Amino acid sequence: MSDIDKTRPTDPVSASAATMTAVAAAVPDTGPDTVWVEQTSFVDRLPRAVSMALVFVAFVGTWQFVTSFGLVSPIILPTPGETFHDMIFVGRNLLSGDYMLPALWITVKEVLYGFALAITIGFSLGVLVGETAFGEKAIMPYLVAIDTMPKVAFAPLFVAWLGFGIESKVALAAFIATFPIVVGTAAGLHAADANARMLFKTMGASRLQTLIKMKLPTGLPQIFTGLKIGAVGVMAGAITGEFLGGGKGFGELIRVAASQLQTPRVFSLILYLSLLGLALYALVTETQRRVVFWQRDTVGGGHD
Amino acid sequence: MSTAVASSEGETAAGDIVYSLANVGKTYARNKVVALEQVSLTLARGSFSSVIGSSGCGKSTLLKIMAGLIPPSTGRVVLQQQPVVGPRRDIGMMFQQATLFPWRTTVENIVLPIEIRDGRAAAEKAKARAHGLLEVVGLKGFEDVYPNELSGGMAQRASICRMLITEPAVLLLDEPFSALDELSRDMMNMELQRICTERFATAFLVTHSIPEAVILSDDIYVMKPRPGRLAEIVTVELPRPRTLDMITTPAFGATVDYIRGLLDKGEDL
Repeated sequence: MSDIDKTRPTDPVSASAATMTAVAAAVPDTGPDTVWVEQTSFVDRLPRAVSMALVFVAFVGTWQFVTSFGLVSPIILPTPGETFHDMIFVGRNLLSGDYMLPALWITVKEVLYGFALAITIGFSLGVLVGETAFGEKAIMPYLVAIDTMPKVAFAPLFVAWLGFGIESKVALAAFIATFPIVVGTAAGLHAADANARMLFKTMGASRLQTLIKMKLPTGLPQIFTGLKIGAVGVMAGAITGEFLGGGKGFGELIRVAASQLQTPRVFSLILYLSLLGLALYALVTETQRRVVFWQRDTVGGGHD
Repeated sequence: MSTAVASSEGETAAGDIVYSLANVGKTYARNKVVALEQVSLTLARGSFSSVIGSSGCGKSTLLKIMAGLIPPSTGRVVLQQQPVVGPRRDIGMMFQQATLFPWRTTVENIVLPIEIRDGRAAAEKAKARAHGLLEVVGLKGFEDVYPNELSGGMAQRASICRMLITEPAVLLLDEPFSALDELSRDMMNMELQRICTERFATAFLVTHSIPEAVILSDDIYVMKPRPGRLAEIVTVELPRPRTLDMITTPAFGATVDYIRGLLDKGEDL
């Protein structure tokens, strides 16, 4: 500070700045303030809750219109009312601990075990591929090859290997969710910039220290992106597994309801499943918000 | 090819040599580019030296060799009577980017080098020293703040502390303030001079800015490219401590002009 003050009197730049101040003061101070307002459209100014409610009403309204005027057969598309009634029925069934609750519990277990397995395998492979040149050269090509296969096609194999119990569903769910986590982890480990790497090198850090204290924390946002994609995939895997491999979960309830043309039941079961999916996604987002606290503003979560 | 570099007697009051390079060369095997040729220099304890040159003159390569980040192809690199064969704790380094890690508070960032070398317990003990350093650079009160909340200049102050926490024998500065605006840069340079003087630190600065090199340095090594080599040592005759007023003095202007002339000639090659 003091150094700058000292330069003031001799500094030609400051001198000219002083002249400019004098010019500014010479402008006559008459007339009204310059006030104008930037226009934003009415729709963009609505609060989030109102905007979402509007879309919801429009959607249900269209649905009601299409069904009540007989444009679509009620077997194909039930009315919103019917679906709502069925949702209440399913909700009561779940709350009273009737046959749907164990089914839901089975699906929840498949999803959670599948996700845990996918995280374990995906993270380990991701570190192998992202940290070692060998992994990148020798393992990544095979992972990419397997990832391009339609993974649902493996369902019959999992049933043959693991039976009709939840194991085959967990396997398919984990199989689908593993790859995004591998890719997210590997990408995360490459995210550290040259400066950070150089700094760790000058500090004499070992490879493990560099990985744990720098590369992994730097890569957390990418790793969580992989987890979010995985969380969506694990739901799809579990339900597909139930469709194709029997079992006693929610997917099976949907399959049975569909075969009996109970379309409202299918709809309401799907809606409950989507709640499960949302809960899992929210769990990942909230974990990210707490763990990657320094990125809180830029995390693309649904809060606020 | 002969340079006026070899003799370096009587540069500063304290004559003992902290760092010496003798005939250091670097050829990159991949494309056989000669990045450095026959570089010899010595840094006396408490001296401030700069290396200046156009892009691609090998000054980054030189600094990396001095930091123990890459091995030289030929020549001897000796710091405190020990050959440099890798990163060392008696080398402090600072880069253009502060590179503070956002998941660590300021003080945790500063004790990171201790944590890496001696473990968490030692880092915890070093925090008291880190607080002292933060006070020196004018960041008292920002110990437990995360780097997101620091301005560019404040972040560089914190990275000065991180460099100093291991009490290195030599400070290697790789364009440390070139990412800052000019006002902050001038201030940080004066701050750097004060810290170096107080600690009797030996500093070696890589810079693109001739005025910055002149205002800070006792000796300026002018490098020329293709192959990268030292062309001349310019000794700055301005008294210490330097102040920003000196920028307007004839001696300062003459030194800047002289170095600019050397660099212009270099570009014809």
